[in-house]
Amino acid sequence: MMASYQQKIRHTLDDPRLQSAIYAASGRLMDHRSHAVAPAALPDFQELRTQANLIKKHAIENLDYYLQQFESNLTSHGGRVIYARDGSEVVSFLVGLAQDKQARLVVKSKSMTTEEIELTDRLQHNQLETVETDLGEFIVQLAGERPYHIVAPALHKTRYDVAELFSQRLGVEREVVPEKQTKIARSVLRRKFLAADIGLTGANFLVADPGAVVLVENEGNIRLTTTAPRMHVAVAGIEKIIPRAQDLAVFLKLLGRSATGQPLSVYTSFLCGPRRPSEIDGPEEFYVVLLDNGRTKLLGDREKRQSLYCIRCGACLNHCPVYRKIGGHNYPWTYSGPIGAILTPQFQGVMQAPWLPFASSLCGACAEVCPVKIDIPKLLLELRSEVKKAEARERQGRLERLGFRLWAWVMRHPRIYEMLGLTAAAVLASQESNGCLRQPPAVLNRGPLRAWFSQRDLPALPERSFRQAWRTRARVTRD
Amino acid sequence: MPREYILHKTRTALGRSVGQPPAPPPPVRMRLAELDIEARIQLFLEQIEKLAGKTRLACLHAEACAYLETLLAGAPAVASNAPFLRHCGITRLPSVRTGFTDAAELRAACATAHFGITSADYALADTGTLVLLSSSQEARLISLLPPVHVAVAPREKILTGLDELLALLPQPAAQTSSMVLITGPSRTADIEQILVRGVHGPGEIHVVVV
Repeated sequence: MMASYQQKIRHTLDDPRLQSAIYAASGRLMDHRSHAVAPAALPDFQELRTQANLIKKHAIENLDYYLQQFESNLTSHGGRVIYARDGSEVVSFLVGLAQDKQARLVVKSKSMTTEEIELTDRLQHNQLETVETDLGEFIVQLAGERPYHIVAPALHKTRYDVAELFSQRLGVEREVVPEKQTKIARSVLRRKFLAADIGLTGANFLVADPGAVVLVENEGNIRLTTTAPRMHVAVAGIEKIIPRAQDLAVFLKLLGRSATGQPLSVYTSFLCGPRRPSEIDGPEEFYVVLLDNGRTKLLGDREKRQSLYCIRCGACLNHCPVYRKIGGHNYPWTYSGPIGAILTPQFQGVMQAPWLPFASSLCGACAEVCPVKIDIPKLLLELRSEVKKAEARERQGRLERLGFRLWAWVMRHPRIYEMLGLTAAAVLASQESNGCLRQPPAVLNRGPLRAWFSQRDLPALPERSFRQAWRTRARVTRD
Repeated sequence: MPREYILHKTRTALGRSVGQPPAPPPPVRMRLAELDIEARIQLFLEQIEKLAGKTRLACLHAEACAYLETLLAGAPAVASNAPFLRHCGITRLPSVRTGFTDAAELRAACATAHFGITSADYALADTGTLVLLSSSQEARLISLLPPVHVAVAPREKILTGLDELLALLPQPAAQTSSMVLITGPSRTADIEQILVRGVHGPGEIHVVVV
């Protein structure tokens, strides 16, 4: 496993085009961010970070309360809340909904949470056509790949790749100008938007009071996804909760700036339920699926639960010297970069990719830029020690199994058993003093044996073993 | 039941019991910088221009209407039902359709219109943002489907920034199912980080402050 990752990573390192693409893109995003959070542009940046951290901490520590508050508030405005333990429950809810309402086409906006449960593929396998509508995700979906970066999914594709892809998959003329490529995508997707029955999104924030889904974007595909189809389904991790609408004043200022250097992203949608009777347009039905998928497992650890504060801005990726070299496709799970290195082991188990927490120079850049102040290097260290412990347990387990196999073999071979017994007796006899055995021979004086002998003595061994004595006695009886 | 399972697991992990109230949340943090109205207008227009939007300051309703007439130049447009647009006379312009109450009709009109004309419930000066609440007066699709979005708003709608908006509207859900903040034209940089405007939403935005 390790070897295959090494090979894949080597492959990326040896690709000069990919190297310069990752380097340029992450560099540009770093640049934009640093201007946007400079004291001249945002004097209270550090206080905002502290406040964001405090709010997230509070929300996570009282999560059960806020989930229920969210649920009852959204329900009172005509929305429905569904809880899902894992991806299959999300899939079966959506497939069921589509069957009930005779829905055929799903338009979907970008969401890491749905990526986590491979929702698009699984819906497609259930004969529910699902189209990614974010331009980058649309490209990645056409190519049959995984997103490369949390905010820039098609970062690894050149405009020539896109031209090739569009002409092959969409049957259009080869077109290498991004502006024209965007127009092609716009017109293809516009038809989908207007024909779709279900709009599927993630959520950037779930506001407990008043029960709202907040979505942030630049393209307008989320607004279309949540407006044109007659049903809107938002799939969100349970950790996305924040207590009050007014807390958005903090998070919205941090998110756009940290992600792309924008003071506010182009569109921020604050959605609280289906269209009201007086309103002219909007979805008739509004569902929010609250997904666990392993999140409750992380809540138990006071230190590590801070991983759930993440607002998916991607700043830690752009600033990570490791991500900037190995890129987004060499991480073992949905989340890449430093945040991926702490989320993956916790969601998937540390031994899934034991090398991952070690793939960091611990330079601390990620913690420095994190808008919610997740102490990523500290968590990496903790996960490293967990990997080491798990490895030791595994080693110990192997040794023990080997020991018992050897023992079983010896027990099946009486001659060897006796020979080993006599040898052991002879060795031990040489250590005797004053009729007892105070310590084992030097080579064995370690580990459990040493511990045992440090508190106890063994009485001296008799001169003959049980087997020897038995043989003698048998001869006597026969005489 | 997934609901009970998740809530139970959450409570157990956090060491909380059923119905336990939360600890007091951290106090709301807002910074209300008070700019006077002239400064707000100026900052707002500057920010919109920075986002590649076009702006116009009109003293009179009729002036706004005349500007729009030139801008539209007879191209098909859909206007929202906001009374302010009517006051300005914009809804009476020849190529403007308005008064939609049916979602399907509205959608069909927006899909073919070149201009979508709305008012704004609020505007945020420090980021150049328009705030639209979905209602019987403002439909969502008008600022979304047509390639050009024109917003015409009276100057007193301009607030300093996000903090002020959320202080004024602590409970948006009491008024609407959808509040949208629009900061500049629709854009993407998904192909080689090259900025392209007008992906799914309008690629052009015009703001007229009256």
